[in-house]
Parts: sequence; structure tokens; C-alpha cells
Amino acid sequence: MSLLSVRDLTVKFAMRDQTVTALNGISFDLAKGERLGIVGESGAGKSITGFSLMNLLSRPGYIDNGQILFEGEDVVQMNDKRLRNLRGNRMAMIFQDPMVTLNPVLTIGQQMIETLMAHRKLSREEARQIAIVKLREVYIPSPEERLEQYPHELSGGMRQRIIIAIALLLDPQLIIADEPTTALDVTIQADIMELMLELCQSNQVGLILITHDLGVVSQMTERTLVMYAGRIIESGRTREIINDPQHPYTQGLINALPQQTLPGQRLKQIPGNMPGLASIPTGCAFNPRCKYATDLCRSRVPETVHYGEVEVACHEVQRLNSDEDRQEARA
Amino acid sequence: MKDAKTDRPLLEIRNLEKRFDLDHGFLETLKFKQGRIVRETRSVHAVNNISLEASRGEALCVVGESGCGKSTVARLVAGLLTPTAGEIHYGGQRIDSLSRGEMQPLRKKIQMIFQNPYASLNPRMTIRQALEEPVRHHNPGASAGEVRDKVTEVMMSVGVDPSWAKRYPHEFSGGQRQRIAIARALTVDPEFIIADEPISALDVSIQAQVLNLMLEAKESRGLTYLFITHDLSVVEHFGTRVAVLYLGSVCEVADTRTLFSNPKHPYTRALLSAVPQLKDDRPNHIRLKGEIPTPINLPQGCPFQSRCAFADARCKSEKPKAIHQPDGSTVACHAVEEDRLDEVAAG
Repeated sequence: MSLLSVRDLTVKFAMRDQTVTALNGISFDLAKGERLGIVGESGAGKSITGFSLMNLLSRPGYIDNGQILFEGEDVVQMNDKRLRNLRGNRMAMIFQDPMVTLNPVLTIGQQMIETLMAHRKLSREEARQIAIVKLREVYIPSPEERLEQYPHELSGGMRQRIIIAIALLLDPQLIIADEPTTALDVTIQADIMELMLELCQSNQVGLILITHDLGVVSQMTERTLVMYAGRIIESGRTREIINDPQHPYTQGLINALPQQTLPGQRLKQIPGNMPGLASIPTGCAFNPRCKYATDLCRSRVPETVHYGEVEVACHEVQRLNSDEDRQEARA
Repeated sequence: MKDAKTDRPLLEIRNLEKRFDLDHGFLETLKFKQGRIVRETRSVHAVNNISLEASRGEALCVVGESGCGKSTVARLVAGLLTPTAGEIHYGGQRIDSLSRGEMQPLRKKIQMIFQNPYASLNPRMTIRQALEEPVRHHNPGASAGEVRDKVTEVMMSVGVDPSWAKRYPHEFSGGQRQRIAIARALTVDPEFIIADEPISALDVSIQAQVLNLMLEAKESRGLTYLFITHDLSVVEHFGTRVAVLYLGSVCEVADTRTLFSNPKHPYTRALLSAVPQLKDDRPNHIRLKGEIPTPINLPQGCPFQSRCAFADARCKSEKPKAIHQPDGSTVACHAVEEDRLDEVAAG
């Protein structure tokens, strides 16, 4: 049985004059200890997916349809008490900005010890010892002293390590990390990524990594979902998706990276912008930006099909693959 | 390529320093130490003795991590801050000590693009108002028709539809706003553009659009850029020369190709290795010890020594000087000078 199984998840936002669909029937599975990347541009629905998995959506957003089976139990149907037991305990989340996640008026120690005592029957001293062990696991120097410090006394990289330590406090089965290193410098980002990879591998913790950085996904994950306008448009093994993407959007994303073009040459841009939720085009949502779009693309939403090594939602994937330019590009 | 008139680089920065005082006023400078009251002024050493040059038609990139002083350099060159010491020359003229009035004609030549297009456009001005304002200001004699024509021409050239002119900034996406911000800088026909992280806030596909636009403007208008960024993959694509900054000091300056094919300074190497690559299947970088020290109490000696694997006694006591290398780059590192980098790595 997979650790997490999402079926046909639809999330809507009730606005004053209309209801918009933020996630449109997404389905995916995650095995125990598996690392999955979710990529896409702002507005694709990556973060909404992360929030939904923990049932953390707040008004005006709501889960309209679908199942989120975590260890066989449907998160969507859970009551508050069961959700409290789920969150932090079996599933933990890491956000982009550590300064927002940590409470500025409590010491690191208070935040860690309280979390432990809320979920486990432990004495304060036992909780303190566990906190120290966890801080050591994320390579925080002199953890005893850090427990007495406030978040503002620590650097950005150090804070994000502490967030990871807090996420790991209760030995969860799954960590959802939403752009965990976007606010950090590259050298610190590399350290944090290496640390997360090491911890996930040694403890068999599942990871859902939400990011817009394809390089990070390539380093960190085994499988990848590519999202566009609230749907999964391509999924498969990370290596396959990066080396041989099938959907024109995934191809566009990868080709737009400066590394993919000779220095000084024009970058291969994707024309246009991600559509707003209120104005998602009919048919394939990507059709106005896609150079392969046909009348079929403009009228009908493509089914997800198995093509080569990946699952892809594109009407034209066959024709695209026989495209001469692409054959040449690969050669 | 040197400036034809003076045979000097278009922009020259010499021994530039900028310190920001942390303690303002007499009372704040009083500290209680070892049972005595002493006077002490702390300051942030944002930029320490930086010398850089940019010739006409170049795209000089300044890279480094947060807090290394790269934005301060941009602001000093733009005249938004006054340096504590050192000189800035533009087109042969010293510009760091000019009065507001004397600076006026130069502001037309030097324009700046900022990181956040949400903050750099006035939300209460339509796009037309925002774009016409600099043209009117710098060409007081221009008729309304001339101003309008100029603005329409620039809008077309950067892919901003002239029919958007009546709309307000909040009606546009981040990428469109950044185009408008670039259009605003181009309306006065500048020669030199200072761009402070112009694409960091944008999505990948939009980054490509904006970078292409900046490259086109460079070709068609012969612009010179000072490009501030933390993203090395953009530097490799866009820059002709790169300066790597660490804690307010220059570590290495080199042609883009030289820097990426043969980085010399240990910090440059670490920085390059930390960029996640598509071909990697796990993090694969040179680990640095610790974190960036604060620029308030700068360490003695080399600013990078506390994190450097090659630091020895000399690095701790003596600040390295920038030394020219045979391949044209300039590196400030004792270990490079003594040629002991690869030995340690091998042993």
C-alpha cells in the first residue's frame, strides 16, 4: 500500500461573484520513503496541493471533491481531533519563510518542547533531551544554547535548519516542503538540500518538494509532477522528465533556463503568461501559449496518457515526438 | 572597448567604501563595558575598498550572497547613496561628489531597474503617466506630441502594447510590470543601465522573456549594463565580465567565460558548485564551514578566511590584494598567489 494516495482532488475558491477551480481533479501516489517533486510556475496550484494534503485550506478555499488517503485513512473526512493527531505527528510541513513559521516571542526551546509535549506523554526534561538530539541531527552547533535563543538571534540558514528539526521532532512519515530554500542563498540552499536528502534517506521519510527550481528537483527527487493551471500535465521519473520531457510546457520550462542556451544568445522563452484562475482557457489550459496547439486542443481537455516513460496530458504528444526539430535537437 | 573620447572605461570605481553607522547621536554611542562607560560607534562595513571598471557595451555582473554589498554598489553608482571614501568616474567625469543639480544631466544617461516591479511603479499613476514623466523631466522643451510619440515608440520596442497606457500597474502581472519598468528606464535614451536583481522575482519562463528584452536593448541601443544578481546561471548567459563580492570586498573579477571555465578563488568555486544543475541527481557542492560573518565586526585579514578550507596564518592576519592572473582575471587570495590551492585539494 502506498503511503499517500490522492484521487481526483478538486479544490475550489468561493469568490464573491463566482467560484474558481484551483485544483482540477489531480491524482497521484507516493510510496513510503519516496521523494516527489512538484514543479510549475506561480499560480499552477503547487502550494494549494501542499496545503490540501494536510487539510489546511481555509476559507474561501475548500476541497470540493476527491480523496486523500494517508496510510489508508481519508484526510478529507477527518475530524479536528484526528487532524491534530495527523499534523506534525505523521505529516509535517516546511514553508518558505522561516521567520513566519517560527513564533518570534518564544525561544526555540519553548517551541520545540511544547510541540513534543502536546503530542507525546513526556516530561519537560525528556522533551528537552529529544529536542537537543534533533537539533544535533540537523548539524546545529551547541544545541543546548540554541534552545534558549529567540528566532531573530539566528541566521536564515540556521532558522531553516531549526524548522527542519521541528518538522522531524515527532518522526513523521511524510514531509511536505513548500519552496524550503527559495529565500536562502545558493551556498546555504545546497547545504539545506543535502541535509534534507540525508535525513529522508536515513529515516525512510517521504518527501513532497514543491519548488519552481528544476535543478533542485533534479538533485532531490525520484519522481516529478509538473503542474499547470491546476492540473498535473506530466508526471514520471525525475530523470526521464528532465532528460526527455514530453509535454510542450515542460519542454518550454526546461528550455527557458539560461543553461540551455549558448551565452549571449536569445533564450527560448514561452510566450504569454500563466492564466488567472478565473480565466482558464477552454480545452488544454496551455493552448494559447503552445505552438503545437490545434482545434482539438482549444476545445477538449486532454486525457492523461502513458507515453514513453511518462504520463502526459497532451493531445499532440505523438505528432510532437515525430516533429523534425525535436529529432534534430535530440541528435 | 574603451571610450573613444577619453580612452578610459565608461565607468570606473576606485577604492570605493561605504559604511552605515548603526549608532546615531551621542547617547546611542555610549556603551557600558567592564564597569566603565565608553564611547563606541559601530558601523556596518557594506563596501570595503572596491575597484571595478566597465567599458562601453559591456555587461558587468556583480554577484554574491545576501549582505555582500552588491546592492550598495549599485546604489552608490546610481548616486542614490554617497560613498564614505573612494571615487566613481563616469565617462571621464567624477560623479560621486556632484551636487543634485550637477547630477541632473547624468541621470538621463544612467538609469536604474529594481528588483520588485510592484514597488518601483507608482500605483496611482497610469502606465502612460509613469512613462511620460521621465521624458518630460529630462526634455523640458518637448511638446506633448513629441513626448507621446517617444513613449509609444519605447512601449512598442519592449513589447508593451500601447493600448495598455491607460491602465494602472496593479492590472499587470509581474513580468509585464518589469517590462514597463524597463520601458520607463529606456524612455530617456540612457547609455548605462544599473539593474538590481531585475528578474529574481519572476517565474522561469518570464525570466527568459525579460532577459531577452534586456539583451535586445543592449544590441539595438548599445547599452552598458551593471547587472546585480545572485543567480550565477543568469550571469553566465548575460554578463561579459563578472565581479564576485564577499562581505563587501571583491574576491575575483574575470571575463564570464574565464570565470566559469576556470574559477580560482575558493569562494567563487564554492559558489559555482552550489548552483543546482539539471544533470545532478544529488546535491553536489563544495561545503563551506559556518555562515557569513556580520559586516559589523569584520574579521582581520581575508574576509573569507572563517569559511575557507585553505586559510592559514597569513590569511588570518593580512588582507589579500587583488593580483592579476595570466588569463586576464584578477583574484584576491593568498592561496592562489602562493599556488597552494590544488595541493591541499589533492592532499
